[in-house]
Amino acid sequence: MKIHEYQGKELFRRYGVPVPRSVPAFTVDEAVKAAESLGGPVWVVKAQIHAGGRGKGGGVKLARSIDEVRQRASEILGMQLITHQTGPAGQKVRRLLVEEGADIRKELYVGMVVDRATQRVTLMASSEGGMDIEEVAAHTPEKIHKVHVDPSVGLTDAEADDVATRIGIPAASLPAARTVLQGLYKAFWETDASLAEINPLILTGDGRVIALDSKMNFDSNALYRHADIVEMRDLDEEDPAEVEASKFDLTYIQLDGNIGCLVNGAGLAMATMDTIKLFGGEPANFLDVGGGATAEKVTEAFKLMLRNPKLRAILVNIFGGIMRCDVIAEGVVAASRAVHLKVPLVVRMKGTNEQLGKKILADSGLPIISADTMAEAAQKVIAAANGAR
Amino acid sequence: MSILINKNSRVITQGITGKTGQFHTRACREYANGKACFVAGVNPKKAGENFEGVPIFASVKEARQQTGANVSVIYVPPAGAADAIWEAVDADLDLVICITEGIPVRDMVVVRDKMRKHGKKTLLLGPNCPGTITPEELKIGIMPGHIHRKGRIGVVSRSGTLTYEAVAQLTEIGLGQSSAVGIGGDPVNGLKHIDVLKLFNDDPETDAVVMIGEIGGTDEEIAAQWAREHMKKPVVGFIAGVTAPPGKRMGHAGAIISGGKGTAQEKLAVMEECGIRTTKNPSEIGKLLKSVL
Repeated sequence: MKIHEYQGKELFRRYGVPVPRSVPAFTVDEAVKAAESLGGPVWVVKAQIHAGGRGKGGGVKLARSIDEVRQRASEILGMQLITHQTGPAGQKVRRLLVEEGADIRKELYVGMVVDRATQRVTLMASSEGGMDIEEVAAHTPEKIHKVHVDPSVGLTDAEADDVATRIGIPAASLPAARTVLQGLYKAFWETDASLAEINPLILTGDGRVIALDSKMNFDSNALYRHADIVEMRDLDEEDPAEVEASKFDLTYIQLDGNIGCLVNGAGLAMATMDTIKLFGGEPANFLDVGGGATAEKVTEAFKLMLRNPKLRAILVNIFGGIMRCDVIAEGVVAASRAVHLKVPLVVRMKGTNEQLGKKILADSGLPIISADTMAEAAQKVIAAANGAR
Repeated sequence: MSILINKNSRVITQGITGKTGQFHTRACREYANGKACFVAGVNPKKAGENFEGVPIFASVKEARQQTGANVSVIYVPPAGAADAIWEAVDADLDLVICITEGIPVRDMVVVRDKMRKHGKKTLLLGPNCPGTITPEELKIGIMPGHIHRKGRIGVVSRSGTLTYEAVAQLTEIGLGQSSAVGIGGDPVNGLKHIDVLKLFNDDPETDAVVMIGEIGGTDEEIAAQWAREHMKKPVVGFIAGVTAPPGKRMGHAGAIISGGKGTAQEKLAVMEECGIRTTKNPSEIGKLLKSVL
């Protein structure tokens, strides 16, 4: 789960990580009031969307007067902000953050993730702040310094000071940097974060170390113990189809193609998409129905896929293990009837009671196309999608 | 021989009183030597009772002392699953298989750190995995037993149903399996591809290995690089997620391309470089394996 910058900064404050004074705003008038309460002479008006790259996309603007704050806020609020992370359609800006200006001497980068190889929280820091960190990692990896934090100890003073020195924090500001790094680690650990990023972390003219930005993602498996973080969820920032899917315990991810796929198991679902692509088709979605493909679940899955105007055909690929193919076949037949399915449907079933399942499909009177292997199913569904175009 | 488990393993079910634990314990007991192998369940509140004749003990330690069990399988819900793993490790079992899906990553970081710091020799398989099976001897986990045949091909995979798909293809063309191992789809887990490859390499009853991976992390690359130097047996591979968009978690918590890393293309390239034949057609995993024998 992702949160906005202003919510991340609230968390930072709670953990003692210094941030500039700022006030979130949902309307232009609120933005003006926020600027007045902060006082001048300089403000930054920042679009609040979950995607990164907001500055480059025109979602972060400087204002030198209250009038300018009003103007900038009205430009940004409601705009369709396009960044390298939003996709070509962009994301509508519904919230702003009005922030006091900062005296930037140096821009740095700090991030935290759980490293899979060491199985520890890893602090990454770089002197190259304000830039796309993936670019830094690709071109000058030596400029990224890492600490794999011992979970039973936490980020030590020595580790914090060492990494701060490496990224160019002067000795006089090391205690300030330590506060930021240790606060960020504590915030990451205690909130079950999966990503924490400050880009840029700044050194001010008077030697303070401040988080000018905040990006935090959280482990969805741990949200049950963080009601306060769940409250920060902003459904406007999420794909409505994915939100709808999660209500039915389905995992759905929209893609650009025209062939819907419904599969049990994440690995098999990816493999099904890959097979469609291999034979020249384009998958419209990833959809994992999980362990219990009941008639109700398959019906909801069909409805989700059918929301997509590009959809031309559906491939159902089920490996019946614990779940029997005859039960799944009944579910598919019931779901096809419930949604009055108009697009061609190819079903490939394998495993327990396979023959019985196939018979149920054949006897249903529905125009269901049957296939034995994933490759055959992919070829048939591509042909069907092309025929229906 | 097989790897990890065989008909001499003695198994404890942690979470035997839950619906999932009961369903799968029953199915595992009905498979091959399951009735002899599943010897205990654990639930502190139901010690002294039994599940279909399997005695329930208050703790893993007690279950181990009373029955001589050396393996446990965990179906405990996510919030308590990491503690259940530690309980089994602390009882010095040989192998812990955690089926539970949805364990917070932080809990796994803590338990893995504890395992290392205490120098425990217990192996952990999973979490979020289907378990492992040595066909016609013992099944521990949620896979359908009947698609497997005894034989000499090892299978290791991060996915459940995709593993079944590969196993079914092998069985259909007459190639049985020595063991099939699901290492699970979580980012912080126990045994990885490399660990299972090592076990298959040392198993005299395994002739070749199917290695199935997916996007996210670098486990497949690490295993492939090890295999290039040390593997005495042919390995073939498939990686799921060539079409997965970056930044999206594809069902499994660990299946995500982040920062341009963990793509299927990258993994396939490294595997091929290391002498592992791969296919982009998951319907041909069985055939590919046959071609290298």
